[in-house]
Amino acid sequence: MTLRIPALITAILERDLRLALRHGADTLGAVLFFILAGALFPLALGPSPELLRRMAPGIVWVCALLAALLPLDRLFGSELEDGSLDQLLMTGLPPSLIALAKMIAHWLTTGLPLLLAAGPLAIMLGMPTTSMVVLLTGLLLGTLILSLIGGMAASVVLGARRGGVLLPLLVLPLTTPALIFGAAALDAAQTGLSWGPDLELLGAFLAAALPLCPLAAGAGLRAAVE
Amino acid sequence: MPGPHFLPLAWRISVIPAFTPPGHPLLEVENISVFRGERLVLDRVGFTLEAGDALLLTGPNGAGKSTLLRVLAGLHKPEGGHVLWSGVDALADRSQHAGRVAYLGHQDALKLGLTLRENLTLAARASGGNPDLCMESLNISGLADLPARMLSAGQKRRAALARVLLAQAPLWLLDEPSLGLDINTMGLLGTLFAAHRQAGGIVIATTHVPLPLPDARTHALPGLNESDIPQPLEDFPEDDLL
Repeated sequence: MTLRIPALITAILERDLRLALRHGADTLGAVLFFILAGALFPLALGPSPELLRRMAPGIVWVCALLAALLPLDRLFGSELEDGSLDQLLMTGLPPSLIALAKMIAHWLTTGLPLLLAAGPLAIMLGMPTTSMVVLLTGLLLGTLILSLIGGMAASVVLGARRGGVLLPLLVLPLTTPALIFGAAALDAAQTGLSWGPDLELLGAFLAAALPLCPLAAGAGLRAAVE
Repeated sequence: MPGPHFLPLAWRISVIPAFTPPGHPLLEVENISVFRGERLVLDRVGFTLEAGDALLLTGPNGAGKSTLLRVLAGLHKPEGGHVLWSGVDALADRSQHAGRVAYLGHQDALKLGLTLRENLTLAARASGGNPDLCMESLNISGLADLPARMLSAGQKRRAALARVLLAQAPLWLLDEPSLGLDINTMGLLGTLFAAHRQAGGIVIATTHVPLPLPDARTHALPGLNESDIPQPLEDFPEDDLL
């Protein structure tokens, strides 16, 4: 069985990526939301380049956070509805690893595209290209954290009535540290301060979430099929 | 009707565990009790099955047939009772128990956007079985590359049954396996059941119609007593429940 675990995780990933490609519109939805929401800020705040440059880190981070929430609802919801969750559990893969595989799939289909779209959005808002490395490194860690915490919350609210409403209420408070450190690193980079410590704290957050979130999510999946 | 490919199939489902401690039946179910909310759905259900046995679960709607199957599959934790496999507590390690079970729920659990073959990949990866052989046994080889959304209800059921074969597990738990199947497929199902039992497997199925399972035992689950049915509250505060 131990030998089969990596093969099963790859099989779940393959399946989810294939589904994401077949339903391309759903997959692109989160990225388009990210770009559109980011593009609304100049319209609302006025075109002052100084103001936008100052606010760009916060805008990019908040929009990424909200965009990553969009597909979470369906992450386990679709599996529960059509009975696939039962079959996933019947593969003999421990539930926490099933959850981890789904979280990785969420990152590949949502986090990675957001990361790719973040660069153009930041340039559009006038962020200096010198802080681009800090933005992308921070968002790399941040989107991974979002997928882990989001996956955990999605499995916890699975099967609850109005789970879709509960989900952001659970995820957003838990991800505030990532938002604070991520945006602070960018701020520091723009003002010429040292941004290392902020990214290190972000990394520490990820290191804590990586083992804990799948464990909690696994328990949530077991509870959801009962 | 079955072709010559059934002999090798019967061999493939060679399932008797390598070591059965003497004096233990293969599957023992003792005093399973399950609550759903305030209501006792299963009240001390118990039976014993030997290798090659078949059991039909009958009873009115809501009697807990599907719940019992989910308990046996390790998907639902019972409030009381034990499931013993060769004398060992099966539910202690539910991930390990999953390897002994092929579970067919009342849903077919197919992803509509994937082809039939892609739908079976995960189960094949889990058991090491051959999906083509299993699709052939249920006469759906021709549909292998069609997306599941284009299949009829009966064809989807056959695909779900192919996944049961694919699991190569000794214990088949089937929730209304005949749902939507035509007469020919029912005959096919009979042959598959026979091959599985011949190889020492166990079939437990819930059903409302006769299944091709000769000399299967029947376990009737009592339905609800009228007095047990919870009466709807007046002014039920549904909106306050989250």
